[in-house]
Amino acid sequence: MRRTRILALLGVLAVWAAVSYGNRALGVMMPALLPTPGDVGTVFAATARDGTLWRHVVTSLGRIAVGFGAAAVAALALGLLAAMCVPVRLMLEPIIEFVRPIPPLAFLPMFLVWFGLGEASKVAFIGYTTFFPMFVAVAAAVLRVDVTLLRAAASLGAGHLDLIHRVIVPAALPGIIVALRLGFALALFVIVGAEFMGADAGLGHLIMEGRTFFLPAQIVMGALVLGLLGSVVNALLLAAERRLFRWREAGATS
Amino acid sequence: MNIHVRGLSRTFIAQGRETPALLDVDLEVAEHEFVCLLGPSGCGKSTLLNIVAGFLRPSAGEVRVGGRPVTGPGADRGVVFQEYVLFPWLTVDGNVQFGLKLKGSPAAERRAVVARYLELVGLAAHAEKYPVQLSGGMKQRVAIARALANNPEIILMDEPFGALDAQTREVLQDELGRIQRVEHKTVLFVTHSIREAVYLADRVVVMTTAPGRIKQVFQIKLPEVRDRFAPEFTHYESEITRVVKEEVAKVHE
Repeated sequence: MRRTRILALLGVLAVWAAVSYGNRALGVMMPALLPTPGDVGTVFAATARDGTLWRHVVTSLGRIAVGFGAAAVAALALGLLAAMCVPVRLMLEPIIEFVRPIPPLAFLPMFLVWFGLGEASKVAFIGYTTFFPMFVAVAAAVLRVDVTLLRAAASLGAGHLDLIHRVIVPAALPGIIVALRLGFALALFVIVGAEFMGADAGLGHLIMEGRTFFLPAQIVMGALVLGLLGSVVNALLLAAERRLFRWREAGATS
Repeated sequence: MNIHVRGLSRTFIAQGRETPALLDVDLEVAEHEFVCLLGPSGCGKSTLLNIVAGFLRPSAGEVRVGGRPVTGPGADRGVVFQEYVLFPWLTVDGNVQFGLKLKGSPAAERRAVVARYLELVGLAAHAEKYPVQLSGGMKQRVAIARALANNPEIILMDEPFGALDAQTREVLQDELGRIQRVEHKTVLFVTHSIREAVYLADRVVVMTTAPGRIKQVFQIKLPEVRDRFAPEFTHYESEITRVVKEEVAKVHE
């Protein structure tokens, strides 16, 4: 399994190397337009050494942490509330159904108008983008909680607050983690767009700078770093999930 | 603590039509008494149990438990469900001490109570397992231990052995009989198995179908430890079967 995956990735790298070095040798198109793995590696090493790469990574991750973090807290609280309280759900449903199909990027200029070019617009934009899908997923996870579990707990003496933190949250937790993974992936997706416009740091800015100064290798490097960040965080969340939810697969190991 | 059901009715709305599930049911369950509600499916016996548990509200009439009207579920009435309903994210130990934790019992006491009831249901060696690792019979033993550990005065059981195979079913009936001789709970037990009812109950209440009413009550005058093959046992069995058959026949008319 693991070997197949590594081989597949090496295969992609080999194809990229063959095409880009081949192009350089044969001169099909301007070599700078098609950076080779070596070019990208050089930019990576240089920006990593002088620290600019880390500054961009930290800036982007900081924005994601604040925007996504605030959205996650709000989605959790409101998702629970909407799932448990029918009037709230009936009120929120049409609003969400109306807002959700609008591509988030369509509102990005609005955020720039409202919050200016500084940090606030990026953070708010990430928060706005990630909130709706996470909210919907959290509410759905809570609604899926088996009502007989609540009855069983109530018959053991659980009050409303006990039901929330001892039954609803643990029962919905697998769905909640999926919601968070979805939200984080989306945050990574839109941070680039937000940083394209009027940012002075961040991976999106790094990529845009590559376009402005005609450094295709830097563009590719920025994109690859984003991909890597996404994979690492996803892997961490998956590992946390496996630890947290041993009870779901415990049968297989006994 | 006794259960006192007076003039209880409950209607459900199905396909825009009001369907009565229970109609004017009166029932007394004395303290420490084991009463089986027996009847074909759709006779409202589970509805009655769910109202006593506080999961459903009656359309008319009232239920009093120890003299106090039932307004919702509570720790005084432990419930054992047909489909076990264990908390899958908790171990056997965590499930059994769930109610004690809610009450804020100290850890030492919780440990002692869990040990006692896991011993009683024969699962002492499985305390650290998760529900997915258990068979149906073991899950239901955990559910029984969980209900008992909370020390309710009343236990409500809704076809608890209905999902188990015939052999496991009889083993658990034996165990429940043994447990009841120790614990002396007030038990309301829903089943559609006549044998099970005669084996366990002090009184068997046969219900009519659609709407559910009480058709006939049998006092089971058999020794505490019962023999499924004794002539008196089979006598009760055939007598109750005759009464239940009338109801089943009505469903098919």
